[in-house]
Amino acid sequence: MKKLVALTLAGSLALGLFLTGCSVEQVSSEPNETVSSSESGADTGDRVLNVCNWGEYIDESLITQFEEETGIKVNYQTAESNEALYSLLKSGGANYDVICPSDYMISQLIEEDMLQPLDYSKIPNFEKIDTRFKNLSYDPENLYTVPYTWGTLGIIYNTTMVDEPITSWSAMFDEQYAGDVLLINNSRDALGMALYYLGYSVNTTDEAQIREAFQLLSDAVSKGVYQGKVMDEVFQKMEQGNAAIATYYAGDYLTMLENNPDLAYVVPEEGSNWFVDAMCILKDAQNVDEAHEWINFLASTEANLANMDYIWYASPNAEALEQYPAYYEETYGEPLDMELYEIMAAPQEVLDRCEAYLVLPEATRTLYNDLWIELGL
Amino acid sequence: MKKNKRSLLAVPYVVWMALFVVAPIIMVVVYAFSTASGGFTLDNFTRMGTYTVIFTRSFKLALIATAVCLLIGYPLSYIMAREGPRFQRVGMMLIMLPMWVNFLLRTYSWMSILEKNGLINQFFSAIGLFDLINAVFGTNIEYFHMIGTQGAVVLGMVYNYLPFMILPIYSVIVKLDNSLLEAARDLGANSTAVFRKVIFPLSLPGILSGVTMVFVPSVSTFAISRLLGGGTQMLLGDLIEQQFLGGAYNPHLGSAIALVMMLIVIVCMWVMNHFGEGEEQAVML
Amino acid sequence: MSLQKKNGVLNRLFMGLVFLFLYAPIFLLIVFSFNAGNSSVVWKGFSLHWYVELFQDRLIMQSIYTTLLVSLLATAIATVAGTFASIGFYAMRRRWRDPLMTVNSIPMMNADIVTGVSLCLLFVAVFGLWNEFAENYRLTFSLFGAVYRITFPRLTLGFGTLLIAHISFNIPYVILSVGPKLRQMDKNLVDAAQDLGCTWFQAFWKVILPEIMPGIVSGALIAFTMSVDDFVISYFTAGSATSTLAMAIYGMTKKRVSPEINAVSTLLFVTVLALLVIVNVREARAEKAAAAQRFD
Repeated sequence: MKKLVALTLAGSLALGLFLTGCSVEQVSSEPNETVSSSESGADTGDRVLNVCNWGEYIDESLITQFEEETGIKVNYQTAESNEALYSLLKSGGANYDVICPSDYMISQLIEEDMLQPLDYSKIPNFEKIDTRFKNLSYDPENLYTVPYTWGTLGIIYNTTMVDEPITSWSAMFDEQYAGDVLLINNSRDALGMALYYLGYSVNTTDEAQIREAFQLLSDAVSKGVYQGKVMDEVFQKMEQGNAAIATYYAGDYLTMLENNPDLAYVVPEEGSNWFVDAMCILKDAQNVDEAHEWINFLASTEANLANMDYIWYASPNAEALEQYPAYYEETYGEPLDMELYEIMAAPQEVLDRCEAYLVLPEATRTLYNDLWIELGL
Repeated sequence: MKKNKRSLLAVPYVVWMALFVVAPIIMVVVYAFSTASGGFTLDNFTRMGTYTVIFTRSFKLALIATAVCLLIGYPLSYIMAREGPRFQRVGMMLIMLPMWVNFLLRTYSWMSILEKNGLINQFFSAIGLFDLINAVFGTNIEYFHMIGTQGAVVLGMVYNYLPFMILPIYSVIVKLDNSLLEAARDLGANSTAVFRKVIFPLSLPGILSGVTMVFVPSVSTFAISRLLGGGTQMLLGDLIEQQFLGGAYNPHLGSAIALVMMLIVIVCMWVMNHFGEGEEQAVML
Repeated sequence: MSLQKKNGVLNRLFMGLVFLFLYAPIFLLIVFSFNAGNSSVVWKGFSLHWYVELFQDRLIMQSIYTTLLVSLLATAIATVAGTFASIGFYAMRRRWRDPLMTVNSIPMMNADIVTGVSLCLLFVAVFGLWNEFAENYRLTFSLFGAVYRITFPRLTLGFGTLLIAHISFNIPYVILSVGPKLRQMDKNLVDAAQDLGCTWFQAFWKVILPEIMPGIVSGALIAFTMSVDDFVISYFTAGSATSTLAMAIYGMTKKRVSPEINAVSTLLFVTVLALLVIVNVREARAEKAAAAQRFD
């Protein structure tokens, strides 16, 4: 009897856990014709959407606005870096519909058949995207992506803590600032800045060059140059003056500047990375319609303006990009400092110095991973 | 019901263990010995030589943390056991209370204390300590470098796991039979001898279980080293986390590292318990 | 034990210092939860602003709910299952019991990260197979002329896996605290009860259960504490859409940290403190009453 109790308990638990999602639907009397409403998410109940974005990367009121307008409940998650997002997707721990990776990661995901082509008829706002940001190398026929933001990678530094303005990547390896420098916590950007400094291409597949870049970083680590490896922890560290120099993204610099006017930003003379982060839908997404609605919503000019104002990353939406200075003046009653605008939306001469990351072949990716781990030794 | 029939009550749990304790470990073993495409390989183990530094660092820091916990925890338990019952009750409550505030929160709080512009440095510069040091030694210090060092990581471990050391030791000491101590004294032992020959050996089971409860989480932590070590003091936990959910996806290597770590810990525990003559009284909480 | 001497000033001082060490960071967290500014170092005046924010923060409120739900469910299931399992173990021969107890202690002895990672691998592997099956296979059957189709759900890491993981690491603690009570119990009690005509279930309900109740209660308490406090195992088994409070906090420490975190910890701390005080006062009173009775 007790055995029965325990077994029923275990059994019902297992059943409960595994079969809750089982749906029985009537298919009609003729077996080959389906009455079911939509292919995905056949449940008629709440519409949901699982989104994964970067931290500090959206004006959160937009999420609420979207939910109110569409009745879709947004499950908004954040990931730390492209590499961490990839791990999450690969390890099966994630259950996202829409993600927003950067260019090179998008190529990799396309290559590994992890994305699904978008239905652009459901995304009318795609037309407003500046042609500069369409058909880029990561998605040459533009089948999978709608750009979300773009910007540059550069050095953020605290003018009160360094002796002279920084112009070169050399500051990131300089013993003079030992203990005050923050290393960016992802392999691509960290090795990238070393490659720029050495004058190599960031997309090199030459193992010797990559190892040389690694050696540069590793020497700096052993000299104690870096206080830590950070991603979004950088906000706290730089704003409160706990570190002097960091590599991070232009948009985030502008956010930090609001809280600490002593900060400065530079795209080093050796050149740097310019990136596009774009929204895409995962192959095994369960809420495809909702995902399209979300992407279309975020591609609108209003959403782009709100986002630009909040996260300070440049928008790929041509209208929004053009209207932003006026929008700023209207909202805050003072003109936008054009210098700031140019940091956000880098002018062509800066972009000319910059290079976009391309997806690396698998062998090189493995090398990056191994070296990255080794750097933590 | 007969006794042997009663043992059937354990069957559901035995099945559960097979599914959720044994099977997962088999998965780790399978992953550790295979490649991404599913073939057999020993590569994941041969590559591990590269990570010797992390292994030694993890074990070193965990050992230091355990030793510090013991050095603080033992005397404290001992002193506590000599207090009145009321004091003891409140004291033990105070020791357990922090465990209910999530350890990440407590660790995060240390971050703001140890930062370059953190409370300690601000306090020292406010009382003019740095000026004093600079004047005396002719140095040019503006702050103490604390965050991102191994010391900070050890501090985090000690802070988080100290109660795990105190509780088992205390519960053993407090149960010591008073007549034993009196007998020892009557037989002429002075208080040092009583401690060395009676109290300490009898509290050994508590020490062993305390050491285990501090050492294992210390050696495998990744949150503490991430928050207080700033990502530069990578430990085994960080290394494993990196391979699964972090920036260098490779669950096969991650499994191999986890497996090796598990084996080393098991061997350590076995040796230690052997040394403690297999006392089975691992007192939890 | 009375170790003869009372503590001197130095000993008390030592104790004071340890408590200072344990409580200083918590005290700081609490103080800065009332800070008007968003710094955890610079005091900008008193405000309850962060508490208001906290209650409006959907992520945190949702994660508190998840934490409580998973902890309560896991504790309840683990307590029942663990109690039956210990009775079963206790009735076994040593030859069987010993190896099973060793397996049982694996989740307690193993580093959390190994437990978490191994469960994650298992779930993902099983779900991978299942999802492939679910996508390619649909069960159709006809009933009263209409054709029905059962679509199997896609399985992903989420609340279910989180719950399984919590139950798995909770049961050993329940067994650990129920086991000794069973050992202390007079072996003949159950037989006697059954000889006197009790069914086994009655014997269990009226004889075994009252005897081992203290063990069950403390086992449940430990299990609940472990569940609430767990971060590492949840981190690897909860997937992306489910998040416990600890996971939410970890996520926040990776970003710009908001003092909402401080507000959460203050509330947690005050709640637990209040609970402990109540329990202790009641215990002390009961003891006093018992002592008074003895003197009557």
